Amino acid sequence: MSDNPAFEQIKKDVAENDVVLFMKGSPAFPQCGFSATVVQVLNHVGVKFKGVNVLESMELRQGVKEFSNWPTIPQLYVKGEFVGGCDIIREMFQTGELQTLLKEKGVDAAA
Amino acid sequence: MTMADTIRRKLTEAFKPIRLDVVDDSHRHAGHAGARPGGETHFNVAVVSEAFAGKGRIERQRMVFKALEAELAGQIHALALVTRTPAEDA
Repeated sequence: MSDNPAFEQIKKDVAENDVVLFMKGSPAFPQCGFSATVVQVLNHVGVKFKGVNVLESMELRQGVKEFSNWPTIPQLYVKGEFVGGCDIIREMFQTGELQTLLKEKGVDAAA
Repeated sequence: MTMADTIRRKLTEAFKPIRLDVVDDSHRHAGHAGARPGGETHFNVAVVSEAFAGKGRIERQRMVFKALEAELAGQIHALALVTRTPAEDA
């Protein structure tokens, strides 16, 4: 599993960016309703994030599922740590936990 | 047996839920990537079980993914989940 060639890029992305969303499509043009929901939440919270389009590479699409031990997309990482998929992010946003997590991790959020 | 039946059976065995809702939401995704002509690809599932007590959100969902591993590797394209304990659901 560790020899998956996509893992290097995933590790680099989550190490170099505070908030990374592995998603289908781009933040401007999400190609899946679940990815679009998480983009909306992140934009609403006012946090900068890197969107990685897993549809660009089958290797990446499979790789991120193995990397996170999570079978679905989208997947959100904050400071290198897996936070969850669409259901979890939406729920954490509604309870305010997402905003608290970002603050605790020292990630700037405008809202 | 429909995919919804399979999901119900497997989750009932794994979690002995006091409430289990399985809704086939595939028709709303018809024509979208991952949809297939026969549907049965997109599901909304709510599981209320004592098995989730003391477990975090990520762990709870991983427990459900594990129970549906074969289905997620195959036909299921999307699975929206609510996982609660009986106390949280009250």
